[in-house]
Amino acid sequence: MLTPSQTVGPFYGHALPYAEGPFVVPEDHPDAIELHGRVTDGAGEPVPDALLEICQPGLFGRCATEADGSYRFRTARPDVYIPVLVFARGLLKPVWTRAYLTDEAPFLAQVDPLRRSTLVASPSGERSYRFDIRMQGEGETVFLDHAGYADPAS
Amino acid sequence: MHDDPHPHYLTPSYGSTVLRAPSQSLVRPAFDPEAIELVDPVYGHQPVGSLDHDLTRQHEGEPIGERIVVTGKVLDTRGRAVPNTLVELWQANATGRYAHPVDQHPAPLDPNFTGAGRCLTDAEGNYRFVTIKPGAYPWRNHHNAWRPAHIHFSVFGTAFTQRLVTQMYFPGDPLFAYDPIFQSVPDPKDRERLVCAFDMDVTEPEWALGYRWDIVLGATPFEEE
Repeated sequence: MLTPSQTVGPFYGHALPYAEGPFVVPEDHPDAIELHGRVTDGAGEPVPDALLEICQPGLFGRCATEADGSYRFRTARPDVYIPVLVFARGLLKPVWTRAYLTDEAPFLAQVDPLRRSTLVASPSGERSYRFDIRMQGEGETVFLDHAGYADPAS
Repeated sequence: MHDDPHPHYLTPSYGSTVLRAPSQSLVRPAFDPEAIELVDPVYGHQPVGSLDHDLTRQHEGEPIGERIVVTGKVLDTRGRAVPNTLVELWQANATGRYAHPVDQHPAPLDPNFTGAGRCLTDAEGNYRFVTIKPGAYPWRNHHNAWRPAHIHFSVFGTAFTQRLVTQMYFPGDPLFAYDPIFQSVPDPKDRERLVCAFDMDVTEPEWALGYRWDIVLGATPFEEE
């Protein structure tokens, strides 16, 4: 029944990114934080053509990575975590992850302790957090399966 | 059983998956009705303009190519319409060239065609675009590799977990058998869900050929309880 996913490909740059996409809240928002990092592949090379989306209640952000794989959002400090969705050439379906600003949350306790830290953004200055995403290999980010969420018949 | 029609991350015939596919198993969170992934994504930028759905009227002149109408419904797995949701679309021009600086295919750009549009579904879940039929184009995945003509679609739905980015293809394309991206969908019956249908009722006399393509998103768990 479901329509299958296909890759976003390399050529979405004239269609999907928009100027305000990375700036989810205004600079003077009382709870504004910066969430930034780099996306790298299984060889440790930057992923220069990834598109990241974040979603929070009432908020949505979209940011394409730069040539060095970096991205940068300005958004509101979350209660616990920010869902992060990554599209890219070479991803036939997106990967889901979460950027936690704390290392104490019920879901984190379910995750292999050796990999848990990949879900926790690290402070990188005043109201700034670094969240790197490693697609594959050493230090691979924990990616989530939301299929069961989308179809509880599973 | 969960019916998962999606490709596997690692699909070696599509070379770019090899260093980008996760190698570890995905972790499934315990069901949580409060999960932020279940909020309705509020897509915050400028309102959709009245001509954003018509890719043939974004420039002074008309683009070269075969004018087409692409329409259909956005539905959930129970066949219910998803109204008022954002649908974004992008594509190559009639020669198979994207208006994107990374695309180096030596085919002409069309000054009258950007190849990006968007619209909101109506109360019955219908979307409708006017565009031109994109051309096939070569890529460097393997020797003599060509992508079948396709239009990229991005759809939101009512929960962030329904988010879908995919590609729509045209009926009977001889390149299907050679395209590792189309073939990445494991079940041939699911691949057919990516192919639109020519529709004489959508076709407009002396103006444009019509194609129909419905998009089915996953259900949201609230509704299933």
